Amino acid sequence: MTRSAFIEKVSEKVEGLTKKQTEIVIETVFDSIKEALQKGEKIEIRGFGAFKVKSRNPRKARNPKTGESVEVPAKKVLHFKVGKELRELLNSK
Amino acid sequence: MTKADLADAIFEKIGLSKKEAQDIIEIIFDTLKQTFKEGESVKILGFGTFHVRKKAARRGRNPKTGEDLEISPRKVITFRASNKLKLVIEK
Repeated sequence: MTRSAFIEKVSEKVEGLTKKQTEIVIETVFDSIKEALQKGEKIEIRGFGAFKVKSRNPRKARNPKTGESVEVPAKKVLHFKVGKELRELLNSK
Repeated sequence: MTKADLADAIFEKIGLSKKEAQDIIEIIFDTLKQTFKEGESVKILGFGTFHVRKKAARRGRNPKTGEDLEISPRKVITFRASNKLKLVIEK
């Protein structure tokens, strides 16, 4: 589903806001999540899921082409865990 | 951060009332859920993509009892962060 279709769908259900205003709210929601993640915060949306930043340790890897050993630096990755309610919804009839 | 904190952020940044902010946040996540239920993936620009993936049935084992069992086919959601978001996280 594209972004515009999604905005359209949300907009249909929101009362008292124009489509443009709805779009701004949607953007602000995801921007706020992004800001919180940037600070290393965990985001938990009940019934939907949780976003969490996980640290990966530095490790040694090999360039598969040359066989050279390279150092992969420590990094942070984003992890999303599906909420129970959503998981059950997906697999219900 | 929870839905309540998100509502506060919307209240501060946009000036919707807290009640309005809460309502629209519910609607946003409910709409996402319904879309997934229909088997559709959703891409949020600058954030990431939620994919609905179908898993086939497979044989599994109860690790506690060692019993063989059938794991039913199911749908799972995977999230892939956009490159933009990945860069923000990595720092």
